[in-house]
Amino acid sequence: MAADSGTRTLISSAQMRRGRGKYIYWTLLTLVIVIFTLVFIGPLYWMVTGALKSGQEIAQTPPTLWPQDPRLSNYTDAWSQLDLAKLLFNTFYYAAGALIFQLVLDTTAAYALSKLRPAFGNVILGLMLATLMIPAMVLIIPQYVTVIDLPILHISLLDSPLALWLPAVANAFNIFLLKRFFDSIPEEIMSAAVMDGATPLRTLWSIILPMSRPILGVVSIFAVTAVWKDFLWPKLVMPSPETRTVSVGIYAFSGGTPMNVVVAAAVIAAIPTIIFFLIFQKSIMSGLTAGGLKG
Amino acid sequence: MATITAHGKPAGVSGPRPEPPARRQSRRRRQLQNNLTGYAFLIGAVVCFAVFSWYPMVRGIIMSFQRTRRGETTWVGWDNYERIINDPSFWTAWKNTFYFTALALILGYAVPFFVAILLNEFRHAKGYLRILVYLPVMLPPASALFLFKYYAYDPSDAGLFNAILNFFHLPTSDWMQSTTMTMPAMVIASTWMNMGAAVLIYLAALQNIPGELYEAAEIDGAGIWRRIWNVTIPQTKLILSLMAMLQIVATMQLFIEPLILANGAGTQDSATSVAYLIYQHGFFQNDLNGAAALGVIMLIVLAGFSFVYVRLTSRQD
Repeated sequence: MAADSGTRTLISSAQMRRGRGKYIYWTLLTLVIVIFTLVFIGPLYWMVTGALKSGQEIAQTPPTLWPQDPRLSNYTDAWSQLDLAKLLFNTFYYAAGALIFQLVLDTTAAYALSKLRPAFGNVILGLMLATLMIPAMVLIIPQYVTVIDLPILHISLLDSPLALWLPAVANAFNIFLLKRFFDSIPEEIMSAAVMDGATPLRTLWSIILPMSRPILGVVSIFAVTAVWKDFLWPKLVMPSPETRTVSVGIYAFSGGTPMNVVVAAAVIAAIPTIIFFLIFQKSIMSGLTAGGLKG
Repeated sequence: MATITAHGKPAGVSGPRPEPPARRQSRRRRQLQNNLTGYAFLIGAVVCFAVFSWYPMVRGIIMSFQRTRRGETTWVGWDNYERIINDPSFWTAWKNTFYFTALALILGYAVPFFVAILLNEFRHAKGYLRILVYLPVMLPPASALFLFKYYAYDPSDAGLFNAILNFFHLPTSDWMQSTTMTMPAMVIASTWMNMGAAVLIYLAALQNIPGELYEAAEIDGAGIWRRIWNVTIPQTKLILSLMAMLQIVATMQLFIEPLILANGAGTQDSATSVAYLIYQHGFFQNDLNGAAALGVIMLIVLAGFSFVYVRLTSRQD
């Protein structure tokens, strides 16, 4: 916490430590901690405890801060009525597959573009980066049409996990992050490996990848959270009740289900992401700024 | 004085002397082999890009000039565009989307920047505050939006927001059931869900500002606001304008908020967005070609924004 206390910010540390400055600093800090806790944890508290209330209690005015008669029935109903175990398993499975596909295909592509540099590599990279400019909603219709009738093969990927995994590979941001990291690995290391007779694959596996752990972590985290948060695309390409993701499943059930049960399901769907965040928060936060968005 | 190949690598120690043909041939073969290995490593990603990004881009434009009926595809010129522009919801959807984008710029753009400035000043509880701000970003949007829909925007006095307003003796609102509050309510939910990422990116930019600049400004007698105006903002100008552009592109694609909070269109079309209209035409009215045309229109509008952005930012420098 005191790691960067030496750097000067808008207001000098000396000023904050003296008399009136100190007083203002501590009041402001306390105020911000209280307000932020209310704003960002408050709704989550409301969500978790609200789903513990009965149908009558949730409609009561004014609302109660703590459930009078906390009951788990909404959560158990959500678990069994929506078949949440199945939905959660599906989502885990899609996230794991997307992660593997992206790690394998995007790392090899970025390695080729950074170190092997075949002819026209820069053109390919340019075409990949150009897709960053195209908003997802613009592509949703032609992408859907492509997935239900793949060019040349004429097969449909509807309800197949490949419909989530393969488009996830076409992620220019990943390739950009990975290529930039590989670019920073000195050329001498590469030529030493070539001199020792290592094949390109061997060099990637035993030299480049072990050096790239931080960026691989960032890409992995983004890959997993993207699948967990995505809504419209899985809703379109995974339409059957057996293949739905958890977000899509909750949405599909929301119409005919009591609202407390829907919210209980929403809480259960959010728990894995919160645990994931608390475990990986350091990498997630440093990864956000890894895109070279500084100054 | 080694010659440099096209790849920037020194090509051995052959020097500028003309090479014997045999060696030139072997070098060419090596280059070919290197290219082939490179393509072998690239092929998986390139195929995915080709099938799921490049081809759909072209296909979308082609589709917007075609009509498929009973398995038969014909060229129809501008028919799809005409039909989509004459949709009674077309202009409402654009008006709503621009309104959302503008409101989100005021709330979702200025607020994270000032939150970042504030957090950057604190010498304590830094980690805790950052985790708090970023926590909603990790939630699945569908989960967060059901929370807002059922508990926060409940139009009766049992809803969280109305209970708070009642507590302070302020007038309550019908939220999603009122035509005027629909958009602000969606902006509040969207900002709560998304601002954490912007705050952390701004914080990283703020940490790169050299402390001497503040020092110098203070010696010149500049107060806190002057220092923000004359040091903080100019020093983060690049990232501020980039984030504005990214945010406009993101908010113009407003979709899941109206879908979940307002069941799609909302009261009297007050929530219909352009992205929702694309979805509705494509998947409810069985009009994929019209939806593709609207997609192309959206692309043109966003390209227009990007053009203005590039012009504005390049003029400043």
